[in-house]
Amino acid sequence: MVSSQNESNLLSSEGDSQRTQYPYVTGTSVIGIKYKDGILMAADMGGSYGSTIRYKSVERLKQVGKHSLIGASGEISDFQEILRYLDELILHDNMWDDGNSLGPKEVHNYLTRVMYNRRNKFDPLWNSLVLGGVKNGQKYLGSVSMIGVHFEDDHVATGFGNHLARPILREEWREDLTFEEGVKLLEKCMRNLLYRDRSAVNKMQIAKITEEGLTISEPYSLKTFWNFAAFKNPTVGAEGSW
Amino acid sequence: MPKEHANWSPYDNNGGTCVAIAGADYCVIAADTRMSTGYSILTRDYSKICKLADKSFMASSGFQADVKALQKVLSSRHLIYQHQHNKQMSCPAMAQLLSNTLYYKRFFPYYAFNVLGGLDSEGKGCVFTYDAVGSYERVGYSAQGSGATLITPFLDNQLKSPSPLLLPAKDAVTPLSEAEAVDLVKTCFSSATERDIYTGDSVEIIILNASGVRHESEQLRKD
Repeated sequence: MVSSQNESNLLSSEGDSQRTQYPYVTGTSVIGIKYKDGILMAADMGGSYGSTIRYKSVERLKQVGKHSLIGASGEISDFQEILRYLDELILHDNMWDDGNSLGPKEVHNYLTRVMYNRRNKFDPLWNSLVLGGVKNGQKYLGSVSMIGVHFEDDHVATGFGNHLARPILREEWREDLTFEEGVKLLEKCMRNLLYRDRSAVNKMQIAKITEEGLTISEPYSLKTFWNFAAFKNPTVGAEGSW
Repeated sequence: MPKEHANWSPYDNNGGTCVAIAGADYCVIAADTRMSTGYSILTRDYSKICKLADKSFMASSGFQADVKALQKVLSSRHLIYQHQHNKQMSCPAMAQLLSNTLYYKRFFPYYAFNVLGGLDSEGKGCVFTYDAVGSYERVGYSAQGSGATLITPFLDNQLKSPSPLLLPAKDAVTPLSEAEAVDLVKTCFSSATERDIYTGDSVEIIILNASGVRHESEQLRKD
């Protein structure tokens, strides 16, 4: 029997151990909407390790420079790496000291190129990102996936949010939502996700970015409603079951 | 040790359909504006058409990140061409460049299905159709993307293009007027929308002729 030889690093699994195969600690959906004064974004604070909810205080919404806000789902360590890239990007932008600063459109484009280039090397950053912001009165909201698929729209979501939140937003989103209406709409979507996404946790943050600046709320929980007849006496009609 | 198989794919199909029809002195290039992934719609309002040069428009469907990268490469190559030659690239020249660019990534292809439309140096409409790795052909009309199989037979019937095997070669450009061709394109899309789940929302139409460029847009079914 011939034992397997040491192949060159290009072909063998030795070189592959450096490439991302699957995510470990993950965040679930992020939702973003445009509203009257700017952008609103919501994400819960869960960091799941497979089917375990391992971390419950993960901040998945972060500021980027003066004009932008990033929300991430997917591998948390890759998100931390992206934040390091963005930090360097903003630092170099500030070092020019020319009165100009990168806007959300530019940051979104940068992220798209980073994600696409990693995908080309077969070593992706395992994230779906939402990038929103306001610059010179122009609102911007975009999304990038781990393989570089990107677009902008009036409302975006990642992961399960695409299935559970976007349909609500398509019915109820309007151009001139006030801040209160926007928050209510996002909470409606997040509640739906809480009911139906098993990786969702009931501790979330909402971030607001306008021309004036950015605020990320303190973590809070949503009220849930289980007062449905079917839940009150679930075994009626099937006595003995549970 | 057997090589592990990746559990992610570097490709995705973001769907959509592209069509182009060449006329005696015009060219119509059209594409729907829906972007999907799996069974979800990502956005209803996304342009698949890119102006590469004054007389060359490319419509591409397939994997959106690759399409965008391809558009970027071609646009920047065209800019360099303009700096070096002090003129715009002709449509047949752009056609060759697109083919070469696609073949360059023969062993990790751009998952893009392209139709290039424009006016040749004589002002006649020209349409070039491609596969993902760069094989191309000048034709009188073409459809690519998820609805192509629904549209192409309809166009074959309506445009009755002569066989490319005939000798002497017969002109493939349609004798239809510009308005008739635009109407035909709208019909193609509304029909494809009925049966192809990845086509719909709206269709963006570009009409190129001697006087310049015109845009039209029609709403399509959103289901």
